[in-house]
Formats: sequence, structure tokens, C-alpha cells
Amino acid sequence: MSFLLLVEQLLNGLQLGVMLFLTAAGLTLVFGVMGLINLAHGSLFMIGAFAAAATSVATGSFVLAAIASVAAAVVMGALVEVTVIRRLYKRDHLDQVLATFALILVFSEATRWLFGSFPLYLNIPDYLAGPVTLPGGIDYPLYRLTIIAVGLIVAGGLYLLITKTRLGIQIRAGESDREMIAALGVNISVLYTLVFALGAGLAGLAGALVGAIQSVQVGMGEPVLILAFVVIVIGGIGSVKGALVGSILVGITDTMGSILLPALFRLFMDNASASSVGSSLASMLIYILMACVLIWKPTGLFGARA
Amino acid sequence: MRTGSLLSLASAAALCAGMAAAEPVKVGMITTLSGGGASLGLAIRDGFMLAVKQSGSTDIELIIEDDQRKPEIAVQLADKMIQSENVDILTGIVWSNLAMAVIPSATAQGKIYLSPNAGPSALAGKGCHPNYFNVAWQNDNLHEAAGAYANTAGYTNSFIMAPNYPAGQDALSGYKRQFEGELAGELFTKLGQTDYASEIAQIRASGADSVFFFLPGGMGISFLKQYADSGVDIPLIGPAFSFDQDILQAVGDAALGVHNTSQWNKDIDNPENKAFVTAFEAEYGRLPSLIASQGYDTANLLLSAIDKADINDKDAFLAALREADFASVRGEFSFGPNQHPVQDIYVREVVKEGDVYTNKLVGLALDNHSDAYASECKM
Repeated sequence: MSFLLLVEQLLNGLQLGVMLFLTAAGLTLVFGVMGLINLAHGSLFMIGAFAAAATSVATGSFVLAAIASVAAAVVMGALVEVTVIRRLYKRDHLDQVLATFALILVFSEATRWLFGSFPLYLNIPDYLAGPVTLPGGIDYPLYRLTIIAVGLIVAGGLYLLITKTRLGIQIRAGESDREMIAALGVNISVLYTLVFALGAGLAGLAGALVGAIQSVQVGMGEPVLILAFVVIVIGGIGSVKGALVGSILVGITDTMGSILLPALFRLFMDNASASSVGSSLASMLIYILMACVLIWKPTGLFGARA
Repeated sequence: MRTGSLLSLASAAALCAGMAAAEPVKVGMITTLSGGGASLGLAIRDGFMLAVKQSGSTDIELIIEDDQRKPEIAVQLADKMIQSENVDILTGIVWSNLAMAVIPSATAQGKIYLSPNAGPSALAGKGCHPNYFNVAWQNDNLHEAAGAYANTAGYTNSFIMAPNYPAGQDALSGYKRQFEGELAGELFTKLGQTDYASEIAQIRASGADSVFFFLPGGMGISFLKQYADSGVDIPLIGPAFSFDQDILQAVGDAALGVHNTSQWNKDIDNPENKAFVTAFEAEYGRLPSLIASQGYDTANLLLSAIDKADINDKDAFLAALREADFASVRGEFSFGPNQHPVQDIYVREVVKEGDVYTNKLVGLALDNHSDAYASECKM
């Protein structure tokens, strides 16, 4: 196994982590501030991708497509918050899970009704296509580097938003004591709608960025949702910093595990069974990581409360 | 009095017989019409219904249900169709894991199953059954053809890759059964995986001269787009599933020039195929896919048997099915001893015709090919 392969895999892990962060950040904010388990977060990811694909076909511009994805997800997120989610804050988690699961079904079938069952076309723009050669002679796709950059910029922006702005103060206050900030005169329902729409917009952006290198189809959000939940459990529920660290940890564990484990088993097994056993174990690795983190820190790496 | 009652009995019997002849054959179609795999189920349904419509036959009563790609739902639907709807024939399942959950129990209960897609090896060898027919292929077939094609194309060092589930394992063993060269690497991916950066990095580092991959549906779209963007230019080979008409438009340029193996293509030169392609496009406004052709052939096989035998005479009906006396759109078609197809498998290349991405035939991979399990089948 060459050094170049390892470096390339590290970059891949970073890119996967950054993409996960965009989805997990919204999920963890919504959970932290409103105490809501939102299974429909993956649907907002899907809505972003579909909006981007439709805009890209109509206008041919990837930048417009990315903007449309955020706009569509923000609008849809706000709409859902006002009409459905708002009624769930006082309910227990089981009701929330049931209601947001119903939203997944509604969104999936509505998307199929609008766009049909066949996957849509959304491609990387020409100016971001193809590989670039990095120092050290690594060929790496420019588009994936762009995803890493966009993700890190968003992470920086979120950090500034939460630590430096009035909205950020309210979000942090909402996380520690919901009743108190309502009593202090903050319009809590507007804050909730804003936070929900912010999370939705990030998920929509992730959907558009990822949609260009994957397949834009109904149901694309659910696998991402599962990983995003793993990330926020590892990072600590409600913590954006935890979501960032957790995402990158999950991303790197997943990609490095998928090459290192089969290589490890190849030392004492034949090739075919080493691939099979190694791959099976590699796909479990992030869940093993989650279990280990929870044993060590039951509230997650940066979690304030259980 | 006595003669009177005998007479009325006789006329009642005659009436019953008459009704039985007029009674249509009840067909239960369980297929995937919602969720991520819906495009495949829709293709089967559309192909099947087109054939029934073209025949003008009133002998088929079709009940269609959605299995949502979930084995437990498929089993419930099959139970309902067998016990309360009392269907004669079941068909429609796309996925091998669902097929394994439904088919053995349905055939054991005396129902006939016609598979328009899934052909798991377990049902082709020791688990074969007189009531089970596969109209598409045994799962390994297209992968075997890909291995045979790699030999003729002069490849000697392949990197091979498939998802880690039964059909993926069948795919790699199918390829290895025919391929005579070395393996530069062998990899199992996660089922439903969407990011292949890690696999592509390993392909780049492997020094292979060809890459064989089996990644059906959305997995294939993701892989092809990422592969094209990675700058790795080792030629790809695969079975038709990642290059089927309904998903090629979503892959776009990334698929151009890739060779893939299939028992059908829209330019196979026979009158039935031409009529099928024209009629399908007229009916649904899109080109038919491989899977749609399989649905179409399944319905035509069934119609040919209905013309020859009465569904209530089970043995005669099964014999009529075994004859496979219908004009398949893929050309020559017959059943082997395990009631799986014996057929030619072709090599296709992805091309662009105007604005539409599609395939054209470039050669024959395997001639009159059966499957590796037929000899284990004892019927």
C-alpha cells in the first residue's frame, strides 16, 4: 500500500466528513434547540438535490442550481416547521419520530409525483470537472476539493454565527434553557423557524453538492440521515463543534477502514475471503466507533446533556 | 324425476365447464413501484401490460401490488394473493432477496411463478421447481458474459467490484468463472453505497488493465460519475444493469463508450423487437429498457401458454410454458432443463443518438448460453 493511496484516502475521508457535517449540523441544531428528533431531515437533503437538478437543466448554471437548492430547502423547511413541526415540540420523542417519518413518505411520494421515478441528471460544471495534481503528485478531483472548501467555509460561518451574533446567543440560550429565554422576551417561535430553516438550507446545499457526483433519486436522503445521526451521537447532541469533529472522525474512519481492514485480513487469509470479511467489518466500523465513544463519554464528545 | 335430476346435473356440469373456460387466468404481479428501486418495477409493469394490451386478450386478469423493495411486504402480498385473491400465477419481483422470500413458498403451494428479473442461483440448481420459470436470466449469466468479453478484448488483469450481498457475490463468481486473466484486486462495497472515492483510489493504485463492476441502479450512477471525474482511465466492463435505458440519461457522458453485456438491446434485428420498441415508445413516450423487455417477454410467454392449454389442467399448462412457443424480442429463446433461459448474450456499447444516451450492439459474448447450475437441478 503506497503512501499516495493513504493520502488520497485521507482526503476522501475529509471530504466525506465535510459533506456529513453539512447534514449533521442542521440535525444537531434542531435537536439541541428544539429538542426535536427530525427524521425528515434526509428529505430536505433530497429536496435540495432535486431543486438543483431541475434548475441546472433549466438554466445550465451550477451556481444558480446551488442557490436554488438552498432556497428550496429553506422555504420547504420553514413551511414544514410552521405547519407540522411546531405542533410536535411539546410531544414526546415517539410522536415526533412518527410524525417526521410520515413526512418522509409524503416528501418521497410528492417528489416522485413531480419528477417521476427515474433518476435525474445533475453533473459537475465543466470548470470544476476532472482531476488536479496536488503537491506530491496526487491526482485528486477538483470537485471534491471544492466540496471540502465549501464545507469548511460553512463550518467557519456557523462558528461566527453562533459565537458572534445575536441570533447565535439566542440559539445557545435556547439550548440551555428554552423557557427562560421565552420569559426574557425572545420571540421563540420565530427563533425556532429560523433555526429549522437554517438546518434545512444546509441539508439542501449538501444535497446539491453531493447530487452532482451521485444519483439524484427519490430516497437518496435516508442513508445520509442514518450517518448524520451517528455523527451527532458521537459529537454530542446539540453541539455544532461536536458535529464537525464527529463528521470528520466518521468520514476518516469509514474510508480508512475500507482499505486498511481488507489489507489486514489479507495477511492471513486468501484474497476473496479477506475482501469479504474486511468489507463487512469495515461497514460496521463507524458503529463500533460510536459504541466506543459512548462507553468513554456517554453524552458524546462535546455533549452537554444526555 | 330421476332422469330430470341427472339432466340438470349434466347441464350444471356443462355450465361449470363453460364458465371455467371463459374464466380469465388470474395473475398477481408483485413488484417495486415506490422507493429507490421503483424505476425497475415500473419497467416490468409497463412491458408486461403493453404485451397484454397488444394481444387484445381478455384471458388475463392482472392484479398489481407494490412490494416497496421489502421482503416482508412481498411475503404478505404473496400470501394475500394466494389465499384470498386465489391467483393462478405470480410474477413481477425485481430483487433476488425478495424472490427468495416469496418464490419457494408460492411454488410449494402449487402456484406457478414466472420471474421477469431475479434469478438467484439457489433456485436454478438444487432448489429448482417445476412451477418456477425464469424468463430473464440466471443471476450469473451477464457477469459470465462480461468475463468472456474481457478475454476476447485481450484484458489480462482485472479489478473486480460488487456490493456485499448475494447477487453481488454471484456477480464476482460469474465473472471469475469465465475470465482467464489475473485479478488486480477484488472488492466488496456496501449495498446502497453512494460514495466510491475510496474504491476509485484503490483502482488507481492497482495497476489493472480493466475494471469489472456490478453496481445496479443508483449505485452505478454514482460510481460512473465519480469515476469519470477522477481522471482514472482504465476501461470499464459491466453487466447491463448500470447502463440500462432508464438510468443512462442520469449518468450522461460518464457512461459513453463503456462496454456492457446484455441478452437484449433495442437494435437486435428481428420483427418482434422492432414492433416492441416502436409500440413501447408510442405508449409510454420513452425508449424501452432491458427490464421492460423482460416484462414484455414474460407476458408473451404466459399468453402463448394460455392459447395452448387450460390453466385448470396444470400439467398441460406447465408443458405449454416449457415449450416457450413465443417470439421473444431477444431472438432465439428456449428453456434449459432447470426452466431458465438458454440464450445468446451480447456486448453493447454506450453511445449517444442525438440527445439520448443509449446502447448499440457491438458483438456476441456467449452463444446459446445456459447456466452453471442446470446440471444440479433434478426435476
